[in-house]
Amino acid sequence: MNTDKKQNKEEVRLMKGNEAVAHAAIRCGCDGYFGYPITPQSEIMETLMELEPWNTTGMVVLQAESETASINMVYGAAGCGKKAMTSSSSPGISLMQEGISYMAGAELPCVIVNVMRGGPGLGTIQPSQADYFQTVKGGGHGDYKMITLAPASVQEMADYTVMAFDLAFKYRTPTMVLADGVIGQMMEKVVLPPFQPRWTEEEIKQNAPWATLGKTPDRKPNIINSLRMDANDMEELNILLQSRYREIEKKEVLFEEFDCDDAEYLIVAFGISARICQKAVKLAKKEGIKAGLLRPITLYPFPIEVLKKYAEKVKGMLSVEMNAGQMVEDVRLAVNGKVPVEYFGRMGGIVPTPDEVVEALKNKLIK
Amino acid sequence: MNISEIINPANLVFDKPKVMNDTPMHYCPGCSHGVVHKLISEIIEEMDIQDKTIGIAPVGCAVFAYQYLDIDWQQAAHGRAPALATAVKRLLPDRYVFTYQGDGDLASIGTAETIHACNRGENIAIIFINNGIYGMTGGQMAPTTLKGMKSSTSPNGRDIPRNGNPFNITNLLAQLEGTCYVTRQAVHTVASVRKCKKAIQKALENSMLNKGTSIVEVVSTCSSGWKMTPAESNNWMVDNMFPEYPMGDLKNI
Amino acid sequence: MTEEIIIAGFGGQGVLSMGKILAYSGLMQDQEVSWMPSYGPEQRGGTANVTVILSDERISSPVLNSYDTAIVLNQPSLDRFESKVKPGGTLIFDGNGFHKFPTRTDINVYRIDATEYAYANNAAKTMNMIILGGLLKIRPIVLVENVLKGLKKSLPERHHHLLEMNEKAIHIGMDLIKKVN
Repeated sequence: MNTDKKQNKEEVRLMKGNEAVAHAAIRCGCDGYFGYPITPQSEIMETLMELEPWNTTGMVVLQAESETASINMVYGAAGCGKKAMTSSSSPGISLMQEGISYMAGAELPCVIVNVMRGGPGLGTIQPSQADYFQTVKGGGHGDYKMITLAPASVQEMADYTVMAFDLAFKYRTPTMVLADGVIGQMMEKVVLPPFQPRWTEEEIKQNAPWATLGKTPDRKPNIINSLRMDANDMEELNILLQSRYREIEKKEVLFEEFDCDDAEYLIVAFGISARICQKAVKLAKKEGIKAGLLRPITLYPFPIEVLKKYAEKVKGMLSVEMNAGQMVEDVRLAVNGKVPVEYFGRMGGIVPTPDEVVEALKNKLIK
Repeated sequence: MNISEIINPANLVFDKPKVMNDTPMHYCPGCSHGVVHKLISEIIEEMDIQDKTIGIAPVGCAVFAYQYLDIDWQQAAHGRAPALATAVKRLLPDRYVFTYQGDGDLASIGTAETIHACNRGENIAIIFINNGIYGMTGGQMAPTTLKGMKSSTSPNGRDIPRNGNPFNITNLLAQLEGTCYVTRQAVHTVASVRKCKKAIQKALENSMLNKGTSIVEVVSTCSSGWKMTPAESNNWMVDNMFPEYPMGDLKNI
Repeated sequence: MTEEIIIAGFGGQGVLSMGKILAYSGLMQDQEVSWMPSYGPEQRGGTANVTVILSDERISSPVLNSYDTAIVLNQPSLDRFESKVKPGGTLIFDGNGFHKFPTRTDINVYRIDATEYAYANNAAKTMNMIILGGLLKIRPIVLVENVLKGLKKSLPERHHHLLEMNEKAIHIGMDLIKKVN
């Protein structure tokens, strides 16, 4: 959650989560960023424009005419085997769902950063986690999944941006960094990732042989496409995607545990909520309540196995979210009725405080 | 004389461009798409840029364009081809990047992407097939459908108060600072086919000169959608489409 | 040591930047820091507040319900945050424009009339540094030299000539702050 890295004194900086994303993108060899301003994440593109990476790494940064255009620019760039990304906040991410579905269907890797704000509709610019369903349950049309990393610190905003590119290319899939207004706007210490050069065209040909770089005599045309007119072909693509998702579910689950060893009650929370709950666990301890915290880092794939394990050990679980109770459904599915699973959260941009969480734990589970 | 004697390079009077493959086209008889596909193939072959060309296919009748031309393609969501092309060209500036779009794709659902790509002056070529109708989905009204023209969603003809005006987007694009070459062509006669080929070639050449966006509108027929024979369609196009969408260069810098 | 601070006032009073300076100062002395703004339209004239945590340990929640120290620069902020100061904690207020004053007796209440001073001495731009000086007088959580280092790091070079003025403001604040209860 906070960095465990040995922080080299010279390299420690203080910055906003949004700024960290921009720095990390340049440093990990991102080829192109395409975005549209929306609060509370505009600092990502602002920082990129300020840093002018086109003069250093050659990275392209473009302000598009809409989120729709942004995600389709990402599609075009990704189709060339380039490391492409965009960022937005909830209403903008809704607009991008078409493009995300197309990219999933066309097996294109990319990174999308969502700094969530309260909804529905135009909503509020205050922080929220209400896009959980939209992110892990599809969002766009068709059967697809999107790897989702939920950072809980400014350091992780930087680290997961890098990790998201690796996962996206490993599985040829759109990957989301799902943050919220607090993480985007707050300043913390961060050690930026090391510089990696952008891929050369030779490296792209090796790492992404499907990329549209121009048809050479040694190969057939590369076609980036999600259209399959024949239902049999379409099913075949679906089977391929599903097998990839099973592999992701097997290999890429990430989570963190706090004070879980002797826990009688397990709080489950992601992102900024997990930070709040970490403090809540400490406050609960002072009142003699043995509480632990499980923090899913990947929301898809969801840490089902570890939750199953805790369902055998604890008396109950509390899912704490800044929404009306979305992840709680996945916790319940994992636990499968073994122990009571309750939800506590605030909605519409309100951030719960640690003592509210302790109260909820007492009222809903301990009684 | 046997068949192998007839098939002899010395007797060759016509050859299909090699960029065009043998996949049977799904286009209807009399459709303009096939002709334009062939022109693009010829140009790519003559310019020897097969390994440097990336096409962006639309949604519409030309959705399968990627099946017929042996170049690298990206198939875009409906209307988004100029956004894809923007990114491809910016990341691969030494490649020839073109979009191939119909009127519904370019002038209705993709209006914003079209106008903004042109306004930014992206160094791409846009080939715009305007037949005044949605062919793929079965003959619905398009933004370019003429006043009074019948379609399955304007069965009594386009009614301006109800349906709005025909959208002459090419005129609009010519006004933008970012465009360098805006022209309107057709492929209904041998002469027009030759002229159209020159226009497309110029558009592709422009994309390497850092001059801005080139747009070649090809006013086209849709025999199936118009419910006419190919010959009738050509005549109807000349009589009705050309007055609204007149032939020639609108801008050539 | 962990110090949990809320700074609240009107947008334009330098609330967010005061928090930023504190955070940078913490960074300069190798502490863990978090700076969390209440952002949005509030930055443009409404109330603004920022939570700053300085700690020798890893910081868990950047969102807090109670604070070791509250610095309130307008009436709505006092009304909202007086009750959130931990017993034994510190409340600092700038008396300008207040009609209701702090009433709690289980906390240490200080008054610093920085606004009044700043306007009288044509020093509006350093008002937040005056208040910061007051804070550091009674809660020396960061060294003044680290504040100046932090300022140097966070300010663009073209503003570095203002450092001296800011240092002066800190010392003025140290003299201005008065215990009320």
